[in-house]
Amino acid sequence: MIRFRNVTKHYPRSGTALADASFHVRKAEFVFLTGPSGAGKTTVLRLVHMELAPTEGEVIISRFSSTRIRRREIPQLRRRVGFVFQDFRLLERFTAAENIAFALQVTGANRSAIRPKVMRLLDHVGLASRASAFPAELSGGERQRVAIARALATDPLVLLADEPTGNLDERASLGVFELFKQLNALGTAVILATHDTTLLRRHPETRVLELEDGRLVYDSRSDVPKPPHASSGDSSIFELVRGGPAP
Amino acid sequence: MRPFREALISLVRRPMLAALSVTAISLSLFILGLFGLTAHNISRALAAVEEKVEIVAYLRDEIDEAQLRLVRSEIGAFPEVESVEYVSKTEALYNASRELAEFSDVFPDVEVNPLPASLEVRLLPGRRDPQSVGTVAVRMSGYDFIDDVRFGRDWVDRIHTLRRIAGGTALIVGGSFALVAMLLVGATVRMSIHARSTEIAIMENVGATAGFIQRPFLAEGLISGLAGGAFALALTFGAYRLLDRAVMAVLWLPDLWIAAGILGGGVLGMLSAGRSVRQELKGLYAI
Ligand SMILES: Nc1ncnc2c1ncn2[C@@H]1O[C@H](COP(=O)(O)OP(=O)(O)OP(=O)(O)O)[C@@H](O)[C@H]1O
Ligand SMILES: [Mg+2]
Repeated sequence: MIRFRNVTKHYPRSGTALADASFHVRKAEFVFLTGPSGAGKTTVLRLVHMELAPTEGEVIISRFSSTRIRRREIPQLRRRVGFVFQDFRLLERFTAAENIAFALQVTGANRSAIRPKVMRLLDHVGLASRASAFPAELSGGERQRVAIARALATDPLVLLADEPTGNLDERASLGVFELFKQLNALGTAVILATHDTTLLRRHPETRVLELEDGRLVYDSRSDVPKPPHASSGDSSIFELVRGGPAP
Repeated sequence: MRPFREALISLVRRPMLAALSVTAISLSLFILGLFGLTAHNISRALAAVEEKVEIVAYLRDEIDEAQLRLVRSEIGAFPEVESVEYVSKTEALYNASRELAEFSDVFPDVEVNPLPASLEVRLLPGRRDPQSVGTVAVRMSGYDFIDDVRFGRDWVDRIHTLRRIAGGTALIVGGSFALVAMLLVGATVRMSIHARSTEIAIMENVGATAGFIQRPFLAEGLISGLAGGAFALALTFGAYRLLDRAVMAVLWLPDLWIAAGILGGGVLGMLSAGRSVRQELKGLYAI
């Protein structure tokens, strides 16, 4: 459903952020995207969201290909790809419910259908009682949940989350993760970018894609062994987590 | 109607920003309005002077009734001609005696009236330029019964030059004012839209189409533009009343100009808004 084919991304002023990356994420799959700071995690998510176009290679999301998509089709794609931003990007002058409703309004949803759907989404993320609170009145974890509910509003095929647990304490971050797991169980694919090793350690069954310096150095689902340059020398997060080189 | 409802909500929610754009638009248009007032009055003054342009054809004494009627109607049918007035010999003498005091002494005594009868020809507005005047004069002097054709060539030339200078100045000054107005309004609207770039980015991120994002801004631009136009009209009218009472009699603007000014404000606001939103959106799309 999501396919990267030899994708390279150069930024004009800082060079290569992603080099020749190829991978495939299936429908309703859950993937951790990990790697040290600056490895290219956010770049991958932005490529999926088609905020960025690859310098080389092709990004395919469902029926959209980065090489053929027209600008006016991008809104269609965006409704299929929910993005939970690291900084949430909620509108401060709107309440939690209004922030979610906003995502439905802009896609031209039927007015009478919006309210019940917003309530259902808020309920889903456990914030039904905070519907009329403004973002400034919510905790970090609660804002995160509003952002998740908004990303889900258009029933996306995939939910992208950039460092969703970055600013949360352990309990809150576990709660948010559980929420992603639930949503995933309902059929939404999730790509969760994180360098939270605790999270990875707790969920060894989950697929991991590891980036280092713009290169995809490890895919826990692939049979291809880890390239030697990654397993020798500094140990990767994966090794830290699982206590040894990949099979 | 959604764009208009959203636009009104947003205007009410950010009264300062709304007031700023409306003020910028009204001040810009007010300057244009003052300029229009000046230009209109100068143009009317020149037109009034131009109205005095006339061609006088002196008729031979031999001309008879039928010939006179023919000449009059033929000249009256020239495409440039507005009116043809006949001044008989007696009337000419009478006028002369009234205008020249020395002449009036002689008037009762003259046995033979030395003054010729004449046709006074006025041209239509727009045809009072030296060239039209010249052609009409030449055509008139072709008639046998017309002895001589006169018009103040210098006068006609001078008015014409004055008109051209005024027209050129109006074009340059008016054009610059309009340009400044556009830049000022553009910058203000740009600022007020930039203040909402987060909102635009979020809309774009959750899959709103460019048209959907733009429409409320266009409506907002239209509303502030029309409001600015209305304020500018009020300011211009105030200035007109002040001038008219305290300085000199001036003419108010033609309705068409007023309508054009207000509509212009609306269009200006809308175009500036459209341009600014597109700039915001351009920064968001990499594809
Ligand atoms: N807009 C940009 N323009 C130029 N360079 C960029 C841009 N965004 C990211 N980069 C560079 O690309 C590289 C990858 O950045 P990216 O944001 O994808 O890393 P990341 O893995 O998300 O890091 P972090 O864990 O710190 O969020 C970095 O070297 C970064 O400096
Ligand atoms: Mg990042």
